[in-house]
Amino acid sequence: MSIEVKKLNKKFGDFTALDDISLDFKPGELVALLGPSGCGKTTLLRIIAGLEQSDSGNVILEGEDASDTHVRERQVGFVFQHYALFKHMTVFDNIAFGLRMRPKKTRPTEKQIHEKVMSLLKLVQLDWLANRFPAQLSGGQRQRIALARALAVEPRVLLLDEPFGALDAKVRKELRRWLRKLHEELHVTSIFVTHDQEEALEVADRVVLMNQGRVEQVGTPEEVYNRPATPFVYSFLGSVNLFNGRTEQNRILIGENSFQHEHSLDAGADVFAFARPHEIKIVTDMNADGLAAKVDRILSFGSSNRVELDDLKTGQLYEVSVTTEELAALQLKPGQQVRLTPAHLEVFQSAD
Amino acid sequence: MTGAIYAEDLIPEVKPSAVITNGTRFENNRATRESTWVKYTVLTIGLAFFTLFLLVPLVAVFYEALRQGMDVYWEALIEPDAVAALKLTLLTAAISLPINLVFGVTAAWAIAKFDFRGKQILLTLIDLPFSISPVVVGLMYLLLFGSSSWLGRWFIDHDITIVFAVPGIVLATIFITFPFIARELIPLMQAQGREEEEAAVVLGAKGWQVFWYITLPNIKWGLLYGVILCNARAMGEFGAVSVVSGHIRGMTNTLPLHVEILYNEYQFSAAFAVASLLAILAVFTLVIKTAVEYQHEKKQGK
Repeated sequence: MSIEVKKLNKKFGDFTALDDISLDFKPGELVALLGPSGCGKTTLLRIIAGLEQSDSGNVILEGEDASDTHVRERQVGFVFQHYALFKHMTVFDNIAFGLRMRPKKTRPTEKQIHEKVMSLLKLVQLDWLANRFPAQLSGGQRQRIALARALAVEPRVLLLDEPFGALDAKVRKELRRWLRKLHEELHVTSIFVTHDQEEALEVADRVVLMNQGRVEQVGTPEEVYNRPATPFVYSFLGSVNLFNGRTEQNRILIGENSFQHEHSLDAGADVFAFARPHEIKIVTDMNADGLAAKVDRILSFGSSNRVELDDLKTGQLYEVSVTTEELAALQLKPGQQVRLTPAHLEVFQSAD
Repeated sequence: MTGAIYAEDLIPEVKPSAVITNGTRFENNRATRESTWVKYTVLTIGLAFFTLFLLVPLVAVFYEALRQGMDVYWEALIEPDAVAALKLTLLTAAISLPINLVFGVTAAWAIAKFDFRGKQILLTLIDLPFSISPVVVGLMYLLLFGSSSWLGRWFIDHDITIVFAVPGIVLATIFITFPFIARELIPLMQAQGREEEEAAVVLGAKGWQVFWYITLPNIKWGLLYGVILCNARAMGEFGAVSVVSGHIRGMTNTLPLHVEILYNEYQFSAAFAVASLLAILAVFTLVIKTAVEYQHEKKQGK
């Protein structure tokens, strides 16, 4: 089912949670709402579900304005951050709840309910836990039961609020892959909220980046990571080095050092620029172009090597990632002075 | 779906019964244990206090009651006025309990689940009966429904007697006991939050279904506990009831009032006999309370 939100606004007292949000979700899509805490992503999710009322704007489900539709009738599945499993019911009864609450006319028989619940339990691979209580399950198992419960009513939309927020790193990773697979199988339009960029980029078809109640960028994981539209997205996604400086003709001046960079701005404009750690080159020749910096630490484990450097003048920390071959060729030592030149640089003019 | 095995499924199930509560673990750990003399001093002081101020008086009641033999004791209990007092006491509890049950659940629900103007005022007002002397409560009802007020006269004109009759006793008891259930439930419901109820609504449950299947089971034990406390107080209330009852023997005397009358008439044995009946009712209530708690713990440990 398609979901559209139009010009949503929501305030809690003086705090603006949503500021004129308009978004489109295509049928069968898996979308991540990504942003720092307090950016309004959970509020948006709850408004789509109907658990929260927007101050103005519309939620349109499958072309129909649902702003006045009661939560009960929206046919959404909602998975809560802390699962919200019914503590006093067994896993089976938890999943069966939605079906049993239906009015007599549309309620399936107990036998049908039993079949449905068992097939869902198989789907989340926990059919051996049917008679347990939520307190007897691990975090990841609870999460999967919560998902099965939400799916039992055959929702048109699946909304997940920080689905893996309360789990440890290893289980998170497993469940992430599992959710992706499940989505490919069921193809229910799904939106999940997360503050974890890795999670959003790895699982979602599209990522909506939010900050302070506004949408910063919408795009595929590849788009938002490689072509950030705003400074916020740049600094939020992945590690990044920030440079403050001024433009010169075809060059950028940072402190006392400058380096070649083609840009379309007027000379003398105050700018800030971003470069990813792998987009910076280390040059050991101190007579070359580039920022003067001192090697602080060399971290090499796994497949990537990270070099941390301090700016000679300001002491600002830079992070550069190099391949093992490059590292061997450079023969860096802590304390050594080097030059840094960005191979790729995203320049933004300062607001003032 | 693939047949992948998840690491977490291989971890043995969590057995809550194996989780030791903080208290015992603290005590069992040599590094955190208090020295023996501290433990026994505290224990001795506590037990001595309990014996001196609670156990001895309670035993004394039964001792005094039975001093002149079983026959006198029994006679005091089956004496018509005593039986009437017992009936009235049970009736009062039976009426005020359901009313406070409904009020308590409603008030707790309103305070825990909704935000509204005057929430703090309602919260404070619920505590009013705890802070006002019961005698004042009795007087309030006397003034409100007595013949000196227009409301009281209106009732008298319509042949409805409130003060010095059963309705007044019930009203005063309701007032005195009304915080018990609400007070028990409010922190419980606040701690539970709204998530489970929201989950139920999203799954399509209607308001009453949410209450019956989700809210009620969650507050069940707290509610039962509140009812038991409320009942204990309803049967034992003296001050407020004393003012509005009028002490009419066999008519408007509850058990506590009957005890006082007997005592003032120097019928010590009878007074203590009836008092022991009240004590038995109270102990019985406490036994039920303990059983409820035990059941609750067992259930949670499951």
